[in-house]
Amino acid sequence: MAPVSETPLLIEAKDLTKVYTMGDQTVHALRGVSLDVVQGDFVAIMGASGSGKSTLMNILGCLDLPSGGAYRLGAEPVESMTSDQLASIRNRRIGFVFQQFNLLPRTSALENVELPMVYAGVPGAARRIRAMAALEQVGLKERQQHTPSELSGGQQQRVAIARALVNQPSLILADEPTGALDTQTSEDIMRLLTVLNRSGLTVVLVTHENDIAQWARRKIVFRDGAIVQDQESCSFARWAQVESASRLGTPDAPDAPMASPQAATMP
Amino acid sequence: MNTLAALRSALRALAANTLRSILTMLGIIIGVAAVISMIAVGQGATNRVKEQMKGLGTNLMLVFPGTITQGGARLGAQSGQALTEDDALAIALEVPEVQVAAPVSRTGAQLVAGNANWSTSIFGTSNDYLEARDWALESGRGFEAAEMAGSAKVAIIGQTTARELFGEADPLEQVIRVKKVPVTIVGVLAKKGQNANGQDQDDVLMVPIGTYRNRIQGGSGGKARRIGSITVKVKEGQSMKAAEDNIKDLLRQRFRIQPGADDSFTIRNLTEILQAEQASGQVMTLLLAAVAGISLIIGGIGIMNIMLVSVTERTREIGLRMAVGARGRDILAQFLIEAVTLSVIGGAIGVVIGAVATWAIGQFAGWQVSMTWGSILLAAGFSGFVGVFFGFYPARRASRLLPIQALRYE
Repeated sequence: MAPVSETPLLIEAKDLTKVYTMGDQTVHALRGVSLDVVQGDFVAIMGASGSGKSTLMNILGCLDLPSGGAYRLGAEPVESMTSDQLASIRNRRIGFVFQQFNLLPRTSALENVELPMVYAGVPGAARRIRAMAALEQVGLKERQQHTPSELSGGQQQRVAIARALVNQPSLILADEPTGALDTQTSEDIMRLLTVLNRSGLTVVLVTHENDIAQWARRKIVFRDGAIVQDQESCSFARWAQVESASRLGTPDAPDAPMASPQAATMP
Repeated sequence: MNTLAALRSALRALAANTLRSILTMLGIIIGVAAVISMIAVGQGATNRVKEQMKGLGTNLMLVFPGTITQGGARLGAQSGQALTEDDALAIALEVPEVQVAAPVSRTGAQLVAGNANWSTSIFGTSNDYLEARDWALESGRGFEAAEMAGSAKVAIIGQTTARELFGEADPLEQVIRVKKVPVTIVGVLAKKGQNANGQDQDDVLMVPIGTYRNRIQGGSGGKARRIGSITVKVKEGQSMKAAEDNIKDLLRQRFRIQPGADDSFTIRNLTEILQAEQASGQVMTLLLAAVAGISLIIGGIGIMNIMLVSVTERTREIGLRMAVGARGRDILAQFLIEAVTLSVIGGAIGVVIGAVATWAIGQFAGWQVSMTWGSILLAAGFSGFVGVFFGFYPARRASRLLPIQALRYE
């Protein structure tokens, strides 16, 4: 399924290059990568380690700037931003999900989820309400006062997803979100991401597991700093599974208008 | 990021390593406690000297017969040229800087009043002595001119002596016997307290110098009108040094001392001695505070050290915070607040311990101590400053981390 021309582009990357200098060695991590992602898409980026997928992820996540090329996120030109502007765009537009969850230790799930809003300047009471809503969305309402050490891996990752959601970003960047989880939990997490995607969020996922990449609608394969494959995924079986599980009951096309986020509660 | 949230996360971070935080704070605690108690001790010493100066009176000089040396052996005080009442008079009249010059002779004697008796110092002097010492009368009057001239049997009594002899009763117009000489009390001195040597200055009885010489001292006095010493008060605003030089010149002339020969008298500038003592007290305060301040700085270095460790340990947390939208200055503020929280809590504990230590020094060592709000504010402010100063570098390091490197840090 090619992107429909009217669907606005969320990610527009043109000729991205990234060059690192390590000692006397020059590493070309990205060699001219161009990539467009429409709003509401679900993209899996695959590739061996060292293929440049993580570098691309960092640039897409506004954690790093490209050496060359242009990157626009939601029509904002990122490549010329200062570090404060990058912090702001990360805060407003991007939710990160990491392999190691990266929750603050000794800090309740609720406060972990509140963190992005702290930097957005949301007042305390509003933070609490929104963080609770986000936790409810990932099915952890009952665990809001638990600290990460009191939660299972899957639960921690769901807290991390709630944290990624809470500032209502337009893009969720998940870097090997299931890398530290068992198969069953991985599936739960992927189902959650899929439901979120169905509610309108654009999800970009980095993985090296084909099983996980199957959940995405579009699969991009990296090798030596360049895209070698970019194709629509065809495992619609997964989609049907999600739809029956979430009892949405609406036979939407994947990129049709989305259900409201409230409907996307985990079963 | 609002301050309250920052403070809460700072407290949580510190609580996560309770022992480490306490050990880090210990430097600040000791430093602040030391600053407060040392300043209190130094200030107490200075205050004591100040009180003594107030008790002594200002611009005072003491002239007494000096030592003379015979064949290499120094013969001790009072062995030199005897002073006379006329010398006192000459000083008062001929040295322009001098306000009053009071002749003083003193001895110890037993007093008897009714069935009470008390041993005290008997001063033979004049009203000038009271003026020189800024010593007021509580009741009654000073000596009248006729009493001075006629060696009248009158006396002025100090507070302690009055209490010992008369208890609560009014000593005025009472007659007491000094070495069997009955004298009538005409005045009661105001309370003066202890002098620099810790002696009770109120344990005293004063009589006119003539009365002292002719009736109490007895014997040798005669025409020479010898006296023990002369208490000189220099006029306000006049140079003590000039007065001292003029008195010296005058006395050398009166005693016909050859140029180049030693003085046969001694002039002691009491105010100067106390001022020097006060100055050295202030220097001591400063030194003590400086030494204590150094321990505060060492405490600050401890904070810097621990904050650097903390930044390294929490690199991933910093990366995560940056990923979700923390700007460099948010991270800077977070670690700065943590360092300041550490030093301010340490400072607060230090203030309490310093206050307790000060109290204990005053109580058990018996030193005069003076804890002021100034020293507390100084110590507390300094500890806050130490937190900012030594917390800044680690915080800045944290704020300058690159998000990707911080996130990937192992």
